[in-house]
Amino acid sequence: MAHEAVIGLECHIQLATRSKMFCECPAEFGASPNSNVCPVCLGLPGALPVVNRAAIDAALQLGLVLGCTIREASVFARKNYFYPDMPKNYQITQYDRPLCEGGALPVRLCETARSFPLIRIHVEEDTGKSFHPERTGDRPVSRVDFNRAGVPLLELVTEPAFRQPEECGAFLAGLRRLARWLKISDGDMEKGHLRCDANVSLRPPGSASLGTKTEIKNLNSIKGVEKGLTAEIARQAAVLDAGGRIEQATLLYDADHDKLAVMRSKEYAHDYRYFPEPDLPQLTVDAAWVEEVRGRLPEPPWTREDRYVDHLGLPAYDAAILCETRERSDYFEAVVGAGTDAKRASNWVMTEVLRHVNARGLSEREAALRLPAKSLAVLIGATESGRITSASAKEVLEEVFEKGGDPEAVIAARGLVARSSPEELLPLVREVLAENPGPVAQFRGGKQATLGFLVGQVMKKSGGRAAPQVVQELLRAELGALR
Amino acid sequence: MSANRWWGRPATTLAACVARGELSAEQAVESGWEAASTWEGDVHAVAHADATVRARAARTAPPGPLRGVPVIVKDNLCTAGDYPTTCGSRILAGYRAPYDATVIRRLRAAGAVLTAKGNMDEFAMGSSTEFSCYGPTRNPYDLTRVPGGSSGGPAAAVAYGLAPLGLGSDTGGSVRQPAAFCGVFGLKPTYGRLSRYGLVAFGSSLDQVGLFARHAGDVALLYSLLAGPDLRDATTRASPPPDVSAWDRGVKGLSFGWPENLWREGVEPEVVAALEEAAACLERAGARRVAFDFLPGTYAVATYYLVATAEASSNLARFDGVRYGPRAPSTDVWSLYVRSRSQGFGPEVKRRILLGTYALSAGYYDAFYLKAQRARTRIRREYQAAFGRCDFMLLPVAPTLAFRLGEKTTDPLAMYLSDIFTIGANLAGIPGLAVPLGLAGSGLPRAVQLVGPEDSEPTLLRAGRALEVRGEVARLGREHETEFPWPMKR
Ligand SMILES: [Zn+2]
Repeated sequence: MAHEAVIGLECHIQLATRSKMFCECPAEFGASPNSNVCPVCLGLPGALPVVNRAAIDAALQLGLVLGCTIREASVFARKNYFYPDMPKNYQITQYDRPLCEGGALPVRLCETARSFPLIRIHVEEDTGKSFHPERTGDRPVSRVDFNRAGVPLLELVTEPAFRQPEECGAFLAGLRRLARWLKISDGDMEKGHLRCDANVSLRPPGSASLGTKTEIKNLNSIKGVEKGLTAEIARQAAVLDAGGRIEQATLLYDADHDKLAVMRSKEYAHDYRYFPEPDLPQLTVDAAWVEEVRGRLPEPPWTREDRYVDHLGLPAYDAAILCETRERSDYFEAVVGAGTDAKRASNWVMTEVLRHVNARGLSEREAALRLPAKSLAVLIGATESGRITSASAKEVLEEVFEKGGDPEAVIAARGLVARSSPEELLPLVREVLAENPGPVAQFRGGKQATLGFLVGQVMKKSGGRAAPQVVQELLRAELGALR
Repeated sequence: MSANRWWGRPATTLAACVARGELSAEQAVESGWEAASTWEGDVHAVAHADATVRARAARTAPPGPLRGVPVIVKDNLCTAGDYPTTCGSRILAGYRAPYDATVIRRLRAAGAVLTAKGNMDEFAMGSSTEFSCYGPTRNPYDLTRVPGGSSGGPAAAVAYGLAPLGLGSDTGGSVRQPAAFCGVFGLKPTYGRLSRYGLVAFGSSLDQVGLFARHAGDVALLYSLLAGPDLRDATTRASPPPDVSAWDRGVKGLSFGWPENLWREGVEPEVVAALEEAAACLERAGARRVAFDFLPGTYAVATYYLVATAEASSNLARFDGVRYGPRAPSTDVWSLYVRSRSQGFGPEVKRRILLGTYALSAGYYDAFYLKAQRARTRIRREYQAAFGRCDFMLLPVAPTLAFRLGEKTTDPLAMYLSDIFTIGANLAGIPGLAVPLGLAGSGLPRAVQLVGPEDSEPTLLRAGRALEVRGEVARLGREHETEFPWPMKR
């Protein structure tokens, strides 16, 4: 039987604010356990939360870029449940009056522009981290690290707008790119900066009603989202095909073994007893704040992609790669801004620069420091004009990425300006012709392609510094003269 | 000269004498403990004390308006480095807070010396200070009676002279009612005027730190030192607090509401007599009586107990044996929770956690919590409307004088109903001042309550002072009368 999957996502974005959501502790990752804690984030008796406005600002940036409606007076609420890594045994979150509602995330999927609608984005605090069970002697011991407790999170809930696991993967990748683009989160899924839960149900294709849904937790990589959902869709389909019924449940995805385990069934559903947080007044976001944030929003990545295609004439493929990160696209724009042709700049950035970034494990920010966009523009210009050969250009890049320095200085120091005087090159040409009687004969026999080989041989003898145009002319002349 | 010469003096007098070098801060503190040697064994107002700790605090007290003045603070205010903070509960046995509550920080900065932590009903839940893991506190005027609660410890200690000043917390009357039962002043400030940071929460939207003193002027001084915005408490008001320096200006030109309908039934005659005397006294001092019927929501008690227990059920969730407090032996985390909490909390706290959990549960939230919030808004409006007709209202504090130990512990509902005149101020977020008004024929203190609109503390203190001067203020230890410079005329 054919089934259609209906999927909704719940994504948590850990914000890269300096301090935590409701206290002054550093929100950094990787400090020694329980070192970034205070009475507030430890939930000590008498401690009270105070809202970190930087986290609200980040939420506003994301909300505005995604076209959400911003609520002028939103309300924090307590979500009550007991868990050892939750210091107060309630989480401060937002419930019936979230900060952002509506909006959509544009995503390009297999060359098609899609837009996935959102229900809401709200602000909340993260929990600590449990490690269990460890063994101390013969007793199992659980440990809790509260460094993460109180770190600001944005929870983003989508409409059940997805039909394919791949759409969910693309959405998550798009969200990660956007969070990094806005510099509100490091977006590292391995470190839990971006986490994802999903709701999924099946129905006959074309049906308007919804089937019983299950919730999958712990889909913490883009692959994991796709594989976890694929597995759950297959499981549900098998149950339905066998005439069974789907039980409402919460499942946990184990990415290492590609397995789903039931975490709790419906009978154990929590009653979170939400109520407005009495320790915090309404969160008021006035129009001035919203406009101020809007005023400093960067151009969103999808708008840039469109502009590169529509106005710079780049292929969609190039635009997508260049807009993967804001650093990369800013860099590309600076190269173009320095007078380089867009397609040429795109080729250089996508092949040469990214090759060094990847091979050397550099961040794009570091790469831009070693080879400023202006210098790359100069290098491209020099290559295009024939002042240096493309082999020399690669040599310059190698040195600049290795040791740093100004490309012009490298060209001068290494004597890389292309040799184009016939007096200098003619002896090399003659040597090559003398050493390669076979190819020469082939060329004479009409095999034009052999010329390329001979040019290559001359280039080799010149250490890559001969101007290929001149070499070609000289070869033709010499071959003609020999005839 | 015995240190006891200083016993019972106003805080302002003690501070002035310490500043002039007439007595040391340590002497000022120990004069109170001399009184305690007579009283404390019977009254049991103190939960935590330490002679070495208070001597050190006295020696190192910084100069300030309260330099050397002893203060007793309720056991639910966090104090670092001196005493435990246990809220009268086994679940916090031995707990020492790593930080000072904001009001404690301000007290210390003013030079005050924390002389003890006062006994209280467990987690401030109670009206008699009988629900403490340390046993009950008794009323110094009659040891068979309760001192009121939940801040009964500080109230009784201030009454018998351990310290001229005390801090409590008032969620539904927990400062004003024990003040009334013990014959001292008790102020519950406007919500948001005193920081709650470091006050262990009961009902967050109702809790306020409250002040005890034997003199109206001391209340004013203490208020002026503690009130004001706190960046660590988002519910404090950002504006500067009202100026109470004119507390002795008299009440000429003020009008007070006289909602006689409230005490037509269910209120002891002694309480009514005190109200009538107070009204007459205020009139003689130049204030105008405005009689009207006032119905501050027939459902105030129900509203209060829904809001307070709902918030408490969540606030008290953190006491789970995981991070602090005693942890019951257990093999898994759920039994750890269940056992630690079952063993740690007393019966009244459990009752309220259950009530509040129920009120917030899915399916009941709208009928209980939400409806209570609506009722609360209405009650607030009714108070606002009443203050359109007068500057403040004269009300009873409690329907009775101090009741006997054990009288209400088996009847929670009767205990809850005894809060009927005090919870309004908490629900409306407005200030209330309990003013002592001499002793009844039975020898028990009498009191009246002054309730005003937001930020009316200056008005309430002026009226409280007028009653102090013209009325009869309760006192203990009549044999010390000549050494008791109460600023009052008979
Ligand atoms: Zn913290």
